[in-house]
Amino acid sequence: MKTILFIVQKEFKQIFRDKNMLKLIFILPILQLLILSNAATFDVKNINITFVDNDQSSDSKNLIESFRASSYFKSTASFFSEKEAVEEMQKGNTDIIVNIPVHFNRDLQKQQKTSVSVTINAIDAATAGIENVYVTQIITTFNSKIQTESTYLSDLTEVQESLLVIPSFWYNKTLNYKTFMVPGILVLLVTMLTLFLSSMNIVKEKELGTLEQINVTPIKKHQFIIGKLFPFWILGLVILTVGLIIAKVVFNVPMLGNMLLVYLFTGVYLLLVLGIGLFISNHTDTQQQAMFIAWFFMVIFILMSGLFTPIESMPKWAQNSTLINPIRYFVEVMRMVMLKGSGFSDIIPQFVIISVYAILMNGLAVCSYKKTT
Amino acid sequence: MEKEKIITVKNLTKKFGDFTAVEAISFDVYKGEIFGFLGANGAGKTTAMKMLIGISNPTSGEANVAGFDVQSNSEMVKKNIGYMSQKFSMYDDLTVKENIVFFGGIYGLSRAEIKIKTAALVAELQIEDIINSLVGSLPLGWKQKLSFSVALLHEPKIVFLDEPTGGVDPITRRQFWEMIYTQAYKGTTIFVTTHYMDEAEYCDRVSIMVAGKIEALDTPKKLKEQFKVDSMNDVFLKLARNIE
Repeated sequence: MKTILFIVQKEFKQIFRDKNMLKLIFILPILQLLILSNAATFDVKNINITFVDNDQSSDSKNLIESFRASSYFKSTASFFSEKEAVEEMQKGNTDIIVNIPVHFNRDLQKQQKTSVSVTINAIDAATAGIENVYVTQIITTFNSKIQTESTYLSDLTEVQESLLVIPSFWYNKTLNYKTFMVPGILVLLVTMLTLFLSSMNIVKEKELGTLEQINVTPIKKHQFIIGKLFPFWILGLVILTVGLIIAKVVFNVPMLGNMLLVYLFTGVYLLLVLGIGLFISNHTDTQQQAMFIAWFFMVIFILMSGLFTPIESMPKWAQNSTLINPIRYFVEVMRMVMLKGSGFSDIIPQFVIISVYAILMNGLAVCSYKKTT
Repeated sequence: MEKEKIITVKNLTKKFGDFTAVEAISFDVYKGEIFGFLGANGAGKTTAMKMLIGISNPTSGEANVAGFDVQSNSEMVKKNIGYMSQKFSMYDDLTVKENIVFFGGIYGLSRAEIKIKTAALVAELQIEDIINSLVGSLPLGWKQKLSFSVALLHEPKIVFLDEPTGGVDPITRRQFWEMIYTQAYKGTTIFVTTHYMDEAEYCDRVSIMVAGKIEALDTPKKLKEQFKVDSMNDVFLKLARNIE
């Protein structure tokens, strides 16, 4: 125990002595949290839309007006020929072309039936899908309005039966994307920072030659490892705290659950991340190698965490592979506790998995650290 | 007079794949002597030393250091030895004092003991003005003297020095050897590797390794007689040349 304190003391001194490193550790994550949370949004907004109005009637103008009234669309110049509109799309100035045919007005009034052609730039399939939904909604609304009006006019008794869906959104009532993203991004920052710092830490002593000096001392393996990793464990919890304060103060993210639960889970989770870092450190000879490997895992972990793309829509094998992704569980727990107010009993599965995983990883890491070669 | 053996090495061998770095070396080191461990670059000195200090497992053969087997009881060996490596090994981003506290601490000294040791070191080396300077800012000569002192903090029975005076000026080398003598006089056994043949003359006994084997082992005086030359430099050259 006494020996561990000497190592912890030395590690903290080294961390706080390097003023540049200190800035990186604290300022960069805060900046990332502020920038990413505002930028990483999947809301589809500011859609550029172009109209080709071949009819120039009151109905066609009404339709265009209902698009313009929507906050999702940003209409660009209207054109009279489809060719010009297509050129605009080629140039990337517009995402959607709504082509209103000649006799739109006449057909609507006479036959109660006409068609509008909608062309959507679908390079990004997901966005195109959402845009399609928006466009359809506006046209449907427009349609029912016309029908109601014509019902009045022609005095038809047959009233359209319609099914009305009233959604009620739980846990994130205002559908605020930041509420969803901030806890997730905070998870990434805490993970990245502790993984990188711990994976480079022991390998750095290897490079400097001080590790050899340590190995010649009678120090026990577990003393050295605990002493080395404990400061980063503390650092991880500090970063989490700073991040949570920003989440509350700047983004007003709800924190419904017991925050102690978040700390409890993070405490165990950090052990796992530090174990992975140590494992990387033991199997590399230079900080560069360690950095490459840490990045490799980090990128996979991030992309397969369910943070940016829902795990449910991945292919089956990919879904299975996310089971070994620690970030996945942390993201789940953060969202559950903060947004849904889940209690300990709700996060038991994640907690057990991470605990077992942490024990396993640290066991491997301690075994792979050898004082004697 | 029966001299007490503190290191006994029998047929110690280290192989890396097909390459034999150290081939069945055997020798004894007596308590309190300055034992020079010489050899050209790549002769296997450092590898042999790493086996003796318990950070490299021998392929075969055995070695007993300070009463403990290096393979089965390496942690006990480590408790009883000090080591100063070729690559300087104090932390550049810590002060002299912080380094002393850290290394003292991991050798199991109490804070009170460390305080006494630090005071003694400050007085002995006259380093009041640099005790709170970062080690990285000190000249190489100072670093090496400090490194030697740190290796002695826990009062080991044997201290292993791997090319301790590489790259320093003759005056500092002289001072360094004075420190070695003082320590040997106190009864600490010194096991030192070096490339400087004038330093070999300071040793009580000298072994010369060539291509993984010990080719000569005796006092500098007897070695010179045996090879019929005037200096250790010539002994070394003659040996190295004969092998080639």
